[in-house]
Amino acid sequence: MNLFNVDENYQNPTMEGYYGDFGGAYIPEMLYGNVETLKTQYLQIMQDPIFQAEFQYLLKDYVGRPTPLFLAERLSKEIGATIYLKREDLCHTGAHKINNTVGQIILAQRLGKKKIIAETGAGQHGVATATVCALKGMECVIYMGEKDIERQAPNVARMKMLGATVIPAKSGSKTLKDATNEAIRAWINEPNETHYIIGSVVGPHPYPDMVARFQSVISEEIRKQLKEKTGNELPTHVVACVGGGSNAAGAFYHFLNEPSVNLVAVEAAGHGVNSGLSAATTQLGTPGILHGSKSIVMQTSDGQVVEPHSISAGLDYPGIGPLHAFLYESKRGIFLSATDEEALESAFHLSKIEGIIPALETAHAFSVLPKMNLKASDVVVVCLSGRGDKDLATYMEHL
Amino acid sequence: MSKLELVFKEKSKRVLNVYCTAGYPSLDSTMKVMGSLQKNGADIIELGMPYSDPLADGEVIQVSSIKALANGMNIAVLFDQIKDMRKSISIPVILMGYMNPILQYGFENFCKKAKEVGVDGLILPDLPLFEFEQSYGKIITENNLDFIFLVTPETPVDRIKKLDSLSNGFLYAVSSSATTGKDKDFNVVAQYLQKLQAMQLKNPILVGFGIKDKATFDAATLHTQGAIIGSAYIQQLTKGGDIETTTSQFLNSVLGA
Repeated sequence: MNLFNVDENYQNPTMEGYYGDFGGAYIPEMLYGNVETLKTQYLQIMQDPIFQAEFQYLLKDYVGRPTPLFLAERLSKEIGATIYLKREDLCHTGAHKINNTVGQIILAQRLGKKKIIAETGAGQHGVATATVCALKGMECVIYMGEKDIERQAPNVARMKMLGATVIPAKSGSKTLKDATNEAIRAWINEPNETHYIIGSVVGPHPYPDMVARFQSVISEEIRKQLKEKTGNELPTHVVACVGGGSNAAGAFYHFLNEPSVNLVAVEAAGHGVNSGLSAATTQLGTPGILHGSKSIVMQTSDGQVVEPHSISAGLDYPGIGPLHAFLYESKRGIFLSATDEEALESAFHLSKIEGIIPALETAHAFSVLPKMNLKASDVVVVCLSGRGDKDLATYMEHL
Repeated sequence: MSKLELVFKEKSKRVLNVYCTAGYPSLDSTMKVMGSLQKNGADIIELGMPYSDPLADGEVIQVSSIKALANGMNIAVLFDQIKDMRKSISIPVILMGYMNPILQYGFENFCKKAKEVGVDGLILPDLPLFEFEQSYGKIITENNLDFIFLVTPETPVDRIKKLDSLSNGFLYAVSSSATTGKDKDFNVVAQYLQKLQAMQLKNPILVGFGIKDKATFDAATLHTQGAIIGSAYIQQLTKGGDIETTTSQFLNSVLGA
């Protein structure tokens, strides 16, 4: 049992976007207008019945929700606990990312925007953004690290086929951090007609809260489905991988104020937490500001942001959303990590025993199950955030 | 009267503020660049503290920052380099940088040290008004440093007034909502600058972003007290060659001297 105080603040940051000491909006004045408009309008728009009707309709008939909650029998037997998989990999475009992009595209239309920009790491968010832009006939520009463009070629092709322009981010480590920098700069350069769809629970307020709310459909469904299947809507554990943390935020959201539910976030340890090639932000980071919010950041003692490493492009990020930083600091969340090698093993293992090929990001979440000392009475929900098609090139190297 | 106020008291038109990146082009060039700027007609120096993820900066300044970091620049090294600057530099020096490196150095220590070495003011683009009023502003004021806010063509009138009231030295008018180093349409910019001029603000106005030569400097200073040049100067330094010669040629071309 956790020893924490249930705090409304886990679901509702302050007016200025703070979860404890983390969050806020550390943005240049050039972005003030856009961010202020979002800040004053997002909750109102999201709670509007007409907005909700369209959002729910698209989630159901376009995304394919609700996604199943699947009892993984062979995995359960092996681990010695009851393991359910929340099948976000079955969403249209193959990952949870589209829950957020569907919401934000409707919101962007409400704000009268004509053009969408987005950053992407693994390309899942880029594809999900390009998809909803095609659906709504909006211009779409995706910023993607040059290194990620190489290692996620199928997703780049998908974005282009969907009509998006993919611009390589060539600065820094040429991965997700740099793609995010480029997207923010592009937004600064044309703020009036453009909406920036951030793909994770990062960025200046209100993005972390807004994205968490759009993704919260994951835990909303888990509660209902678990109740139907077990008679109890609360699991003992929810496990999700964390880069910026959007699938984890969505999977945790409706359990944040349920003290009996252990929230387990799994970071990418890369070659090992202390190897110098890692993306385990809570283990290696310190409080700092990155991409417009105060959180935990991997950085040098001089405050320069460090280039992380993970085999999975989606977790290759030197920060973490402010909600997660607060979950870590307040000990409401349990933060574990899995190495590149462990994630690869888990991906192959899950494929063989459950017939599901997960994304490399998602595979990290499975790696910690054997280490959690689970009991037979435990009911664990793992957020199966994405499918592995995009990672086949990497998997083929290890067949 | 602060050093910045004195500048505008003595010169109400065509005040030139030039940006340079500390530790660029080489680690030890900081003082040399500053000396050349002073000698060749700059009225104010804006000294950039390099950061790995500078959101408001365009490619030219980003590249100079990455090079400066690779050269070994950081805040502690910078303070050491400029500890005796007041023996040779008499014009105001403003530090420009991003919050994260300053937070790691320690915000209060940073302000104390800046004052101690003779820095006059700060420009911190990612320190927003709300956070300034919550805590940081007090520390800046206690250390007698001027703080300069940015305003853009999209900033509402009430907010411009508020940002002006909290700024000291001058108000930084971003010529259009954009990162540094982009070309601007100066007819559009002129309307916005006339609007600012008509507001009769407490502070003089310096225009930045997109000022790169005599034509843009003349246009920008038509309705304001002066302008800030950054990327265009860094570009000249990037070409290599003698710093003194480069700076003299560039500033002469801008000022039409």
